[in-house]
Amino acid sequence: MTFAPKAMILLAVLGLAACNNPDKYGAGSGVVDPGGAYGDGGISQGSISDPNSPAYFSATVGDKVLFAVDQSTLSPEARTTLSGQAQWLASHPQYSAIVEGHADEQGTREYNLALGARRANSVQEYLISQGVAGNRLRTVSYGKERPLAVCSTEDCYAQNRRAVTVISLGAGS
Amino acid sequence: MLRIALAALAALMIGPGVALAQQGPLRIEITDGVIEPLPFALPGFVAETGDAGQMAADITQVIASDLTGTGLFREIPQSAHIQRFSAFETPVSYPDWQAINAQALIVGGVSMAGGKVVVKFRLFDVYSGQQLGEGQQLAASSGSWRRLAHKVADVIYSRITGESGYFDSRVVFVSETGPKNARLKRLAVMDYDGANVQYLTDSSTIVLAPRFSPTGDRVLYTTFETGFPRIKMLNVGNVSAQLLPETPGTMTFAPRFSPDGGSIVYSLEQGGNTDLWKMGVNGGGATRLTNSPAIETAPSYSPDGSRIVFESDRSGTQQLYIMPAGGGEPTRISFGEGRYGTPVWSPRGDLIAFTKQHAGRFHIGVMRTDGSEERLLTASFLDEGPTWSPNGRVIMFTRESSGAGGSAQLYSVDISGRNLKAVTTGGAASDPAWSPLLP
Repeated sequence: MTFAPKAMILLAVLGLAACNNPDKYGAGSGVVDPGGAYGDGGISQGSISDPNSPAYFSATVGDKVLFAVDQSTLSPEARTTLSGQAQWLASHPQYSAIVEGHADEQGTREYNLALGARRANSVQEYLISQGVAGNRLRTVSYGKERPLAVCSTEDCYAQNRRAVTVISLGAGS
Repeated sequence: MLRIALAALAALMIGPGVALAQQGPLRIEITDGVIEPLPFALPGFVAETGDAGQMAADITQVIASDLTGTGLFREIPQSAHIQRFSAFETPVSYPDWQAINAQALIVGGVSMAGGKVVVKFRLFDVYSGQQLGEGQQLAASSGSWRRLAHKVADVIYSRITGESGYFDSRVVFVSETGPKNARLKRLAVMDYDGANVQYLTDSSTIVLAPRFSPTGDRVLYTTFETGFPRIKMLNVGNVSAQLLPETPGTMTFAPRFSPDGGSIVYSLEQGGNTDLWKMGVNGGGATRLTNSPAIETAPSYSPDGSRIVFESDRSGTQQLYIMPAGGGEPTRISFGEGRYGTPVWSPRGDLIAFTKQHAGRFHIGVMRTDGSEERLLTASFLDEGPTWSPNGRVIMFTRESSGAGGSAQLYSVDISGRNLKAVTTGGAASDPAWSPLLP
C-alpha cells in the first residue's frame, strides 16, 4: 500500500466529520434505538489518538464509504477504506460490526430501504473477502431515514449515499 | 336536472355503455367539462332538546366541511338564507331556496338524551321541489358525534353523486418531530379530516408505512425496535402490537394485507437482495413470490385478491409490474420516462396510483391496470406514497419540502388532479394509509 492515496482519503474523511454532526446511528445517539441490540453498550469511544479506540476507527481508519446514485458497487476509494477497516478488525478481534446502509432522499421510502441493504451488503461482502469472519458482521438499512447532511443538493446527497461500519465490543454471533 | 361536470373523473369512472348507478333529479354527474361546485344550503340543525344547541351547531359544521372539502359542493352562507327552520318538521318553502340559487337543501335535527346523540336529516332537491331519498335518523354515544356528522355527509354525497362516500373513515400515518437528521417518528391515527389524532406508538424507534387491514381493526407497519426493520401488527382497539416472525439475519418491510385479511405480502431482504414474500396473518406459511437479483418491493393486492402490483428495478430502474397473487411471471405495466414506485391498487379495481420520479421532480399519478392512460396528478420536490379513499375518488400522499428545514405533510388530491390541499394533522406527518369506510 502506498502512503499518498491513504493520506488523501484520511483528509477527505476528516473533512466530512468537520462539517457535519456525524450522529452514529446505533453507536450511542440514543435516538434510534436506545435500548436495542446495539445501543451504546457502555463503550467508551476513547481518544482519536489511541489506535485501539472506536474513535480512531471511525475518524482515522474511516468508518464510512460513499456510493454513486442508485449504485451499490464499491469505488476504488471505498475499497481502500474497507481494507483499512478489515485490518483494524483483524487486530481487534474483540469487536464486531454492524454495517449500516443509507440512501439519499431522492427516492421512495421502500426502495431506499432495499437500496441501503444492497450497499451494506456490498461492504459486508468486501470485508469478508478481506478476511473478516462473517459472524462478526451484520447489516442493516436505514434507507433515507437518517441523512448525515441535511441540505437538498448533490453535495449533501453524495454524503448521504453511504455505508457506515459501526463497531461494538462483542465477539459476534 | 342538476348537473356538475367533473371532467377527467368521467372517463375514468364510467366506461362506454355503463350507466350511472342511479338517476335522480338532484345529481352531480360526471361528464366532460369544467367543474362548477354544486351550491347547497345547510341551515343549522335544529336543537330538539334544550342541551343540544352546541352539538347541533358542531354537527352542522362538520357536515358542511365534509361536503365543501370535496371540491364538488359549495355552501351558501347561512346569512343569505331566507327561510329559517324552527323545527325539523317545518315545511320547506322552495321559492326561498330557489331565490338564493341553492340546488340542494339539507335540514336536520339533533337531540340528546342519556349520553346519546340522535341526528335526523332530510335532503331536498330545491329546483324540482322534492325530497331526495327518505329522511334518516342516526344515533350514537355523544363522544362519537363527529362520526354521526360524517355518516350524514356520506349519505348526502352518495345520494347526489351516486357513489359511496368516504367521510366516515380514518387515516393511520407517521407523526414526525425533530430535525431532519434525527427525525422522531410515531404511529398515529386520525379521522380522515385530521380530527381526533391518537398516537399508537411512542417515538423511541423509527416506524414506517403503516397499512390498515381490510376491516380497519389492525395495522401492519415496519419498526426498527429490534435495531433492524421488522414487521409488526397492531390491534387498533387495544393498541397492542406483536412482531411477526422472521428469519434471523433478514430485514422485513413494506407489508400489506390481502383483501380477505388472511395473509400479508411483504418485502424480505437477505444478503442484500430484496424479494416479495407472503405469509399468513398469524405468521405461518411464509412463501417466496419473486426470485430475482433485483429489488422487488411495495406490493399491493388487487381488490379481488387475484393479483399483486409491485415495483422492481429488474429492468435497470424502478418500474411497475403485476403478477398473480401466488407468484409467477410478472408483466411490466409502466413504460413512461422516469422511475415508478409505490403502486397501490384502487379499491374500485380500475386504477393504480403510484409515485413517479422524473427530471428531478416527484409526482403522484394514476394509470389503468394495463399501464395505459397514465396521468400525473401532482408535482413537487418530493411527493410519494399514495393511498386511496375508500371510494377510490381521492388520493392522500406525503409531500416533503426541501432543504435543511424540510418537513413532511399529508396532502390529498382527487383523481382528476383537482382539489389539491394539505390535510391538517397538527404537525409534520408522512406515510398516510386510508381505512375502509367504517361500519
